[in-house]
Amino acid sequence: MAISAKEVAHVASLAKLAFNENELETFTGQMDEIINMVQELSEVDTTDVPVTTHVTDAHNVLREDIAVKGTDRDLLMRNVPESEDGYIKVPAIIDGSEDA
Amino acid sequence: MDYFKNDLASLHTSLVNKEISAEELTKATFAGIKEKEPVVDAFLTLNEEKALQTAREIDAQGIDADNVLAGIPIGIKDNIVTKDLRTTAASKMLENFEPIYDATVMEKLQAAQMINVGKLNMDEFAMGSSTETSAFKKTKNAWDQTKVPGGSSGGSAAAVASGEVLASLGSDTGGSIRQPAAFNGIVGMKPTYGRVSRYGLIAFASSLDQIGPFTRTVKDNALVLNAISGQDARDFTTSAQPVPDFTQGIADGVKGMKIAVPKEYLGEGVAEDVKAAIKNAITTFETLGAKVEEVSLPHSKYGVGVYYIIASSEASSNLERFDGIRYGYRAPDVKTLEEVYVKSRSQGFGDEVKRRIMLGTFSLSAGTYDAFFKKAAQVRTLICQDFAKVYQDYDLILGPTAPTVAYGLGEKIDDPVTMYMNDILTIPTNLAGLPGMSIPAGFSQGLPIGLQLIAPQFAEQTLYRAGYAFEQATSFHKEIPVIGGQA
Repeated sequence: MAISAKEVAHVASLAKLAFNENELETFTGQMDEIINMVQELSEVDTTDVPVTTHVTDAHNVLREDIAVKGTDRDLLMRNVPESEDGYIKVPAIIDGSEDA
Repeated sequence: MDYFKNDLASLHTSLVNKEISAEELTKATFAGIKEKEPVVDAFLTLNEEKALQTAREIDAQGIDADNVLAGIPIGIKDNIVTKDLRTTAASKMLENFEPIYDATVMEKLQAAQMINVGKLNMDEFAMGSSTETSAFKKTKNAWDQTKVPGGSSGGSAAAVASGEVLASLGSDTGGSIRQPAAFNGIVGMKPTYGRVSRYGLIAFASSLDQIGPFTRTVKDNALVLNAISGQDARDFTTSAQPVPDFTQGIADGVKGMKIAVPKEYLGEGVAEDVKAAIKNAITTFETLGAKVEEVSLPHSKYGVGVYYIIASSEASSNLERFDGIRYGYRAPDVKTLEEVYVKSRSQGFGDEVKRRIMLGTFSLSAGTYDAFFKKAAQVRTLICQDFAKVYQDYDLILGPTAPTVAYGLGEKIDDPVTMYMNDILTIPTNLAGLPGMSIPAGFSQGLPIGLQLIAPQFAEQTLYRAGYAFEQATSFHKEIPVIGGQA
C-alpha cells in the first residue's frame, strides 16, 4: 500500500473534508491506485531539471496605480447563504467547549 | 432551424438578406433544443427570455453585414460565469449560484452580437472525461445515446453535434474540449495558453485551463476564436501576442508543410480502429503535399502522472474558496465554523472532485511535496522540451485525439485510473501550453474518430490551415447523427 487509511484521513482533515468509514475505505483504495500510477515518475532522472509551474512568458504585470470603483456591496451579497444587516452571518467562530 | 444544412457564413447571408430575423432564428433554435433535449440532455439552464430579447435588439439595430457572428445563437459551458444567469459548474456546491459579472469571453461574444441560449452540462468543476460526474444529469453522445459524450465539455460537444446550436464554448484543462469533440465527430479547439482570457472561468487548474470553441466546421471554429481571443487586463496570464484573423490563409493548403507523428501516439493502448483512421489521415495529408514523418516524444507517457499531480494540486488550492461562507452551498444544522467548512464541502462536492482535492492536498503536503509536486513540475519541463525539439524541424504534430471511440455510459466511472489513462494523448498539449485541435477523421462501429493536430504556441493559424485542407479533402464532417430516431 502506497497510502494507509490513517494517512487518507489526515489528508482529508487538511482539505476540510470528512468521510465515513465506507467512504474512507473506498477512497483509500482509489488513492492508492492513483498514487501508484503517478509514482512511475520516480523512474525519470530529473537531476538539475528546473521546474515548470507556468507556461507563459509574462512576468509581473502591473497597472497604473489609479483608484477604480469597486463592486457594490449589495451586489456582492447576492450569493451569501446567510446575512444580517449587510454582514455575512456564520456560526460561533470560537467554540466555547474546547480549550476556552 | 436545420443547423446541419448551414454554417456561419450561410446563416449570416440569410440574416443579412432578411430571409430570417435573429428573433426567428433564436426561436427556431429553442424549438430544436426542446425537441432534442429529452434525448441528448446537453443543457443545464436555458436562457430563453433574455436570448429572445437580445435577438430583438439585434434585429432593431439591423444585422451588421461585416460581422458574420451577429445574431447567431451559441451555447456556453456551465463553468463560464454569466451575469444574472445561473452558473453551476455542474456542482451541487453552486446549484443556485447567480454570478454578478460576466466572464471576459461573454463580454466579447456580446460585443460580437452572439446570442447566449443557455448553459451546457459538464463534469463537475470540469473534473472528468465523460460528463458523468455532473451533479445534475447524464448527457448522451450525439451518435449513440448509450455512449458517453466525452468530457469534461460533454454538453458543449453534444449540443453542437446534435444540431441544437451551431457553436458552443468549452474549456480544456487536459483534453476537455478535444476529446468530446472527437467523441461527437465535430471540431474542437484548445487555443494556446494565454490566447483567451480565463477571467470568469471557474478555475480548475490555472496553469492549464483554456477556453475554446466547438463547431461543426474548421472555418466556423476560426471565426468564433477570432471573437474571444486577446489580452485582458483582468487575466495577467493572457498574452500580448497580436491576435491574427484566424481565417486568414485558411485555404492555403498543406503543400510543403512538415508534419510529425509521434510514435508514442500510435502505440500500445491506442485501439486498432483509431490507428487505422489516423493512418488514413496521414495518407490524405501526404496526398495533399505535406511531408509526414515519425518522431518521438519520449516523456509523453509520463504526461498522465504529471497532469494528475499538477492539476489536482492547483485544484486543491483553487477549490479552497468553496467554504460555505460567501457563496455556494452551506450545510444546514451546523454549529461551529469548522463544521460550516467541513460539512459544506463534504456535502457540496461530488466524489471525483473530492478525489482530486485529496490527491492535490497530498501532493502539496509536507513530506510528499518534493517527491510529488516538484517531481511532476520537473517532468513537465522535460515534456515541454520534447515538443520544442520536434518543432525545430516540424510545423505540426499529428495523432489521434483519444485512444478509443466513445465508450458506454457507466462503463468506466467507477475506475478512476482507467478513466485518467484515456486522456494520455491530450494532456501533454496542456502541460506545454500548446494549441491543439480535434477534427473528424472517420468512424468505427458508427462512432466518430478524432484527429488531433498540435502546433507551437500561438500557431493556431497553422492548425486551422491544415484542418481546413483535411476537411475539404474528406467528407467525415458531412455525416449527420440520428437523434432519437430522427436524422
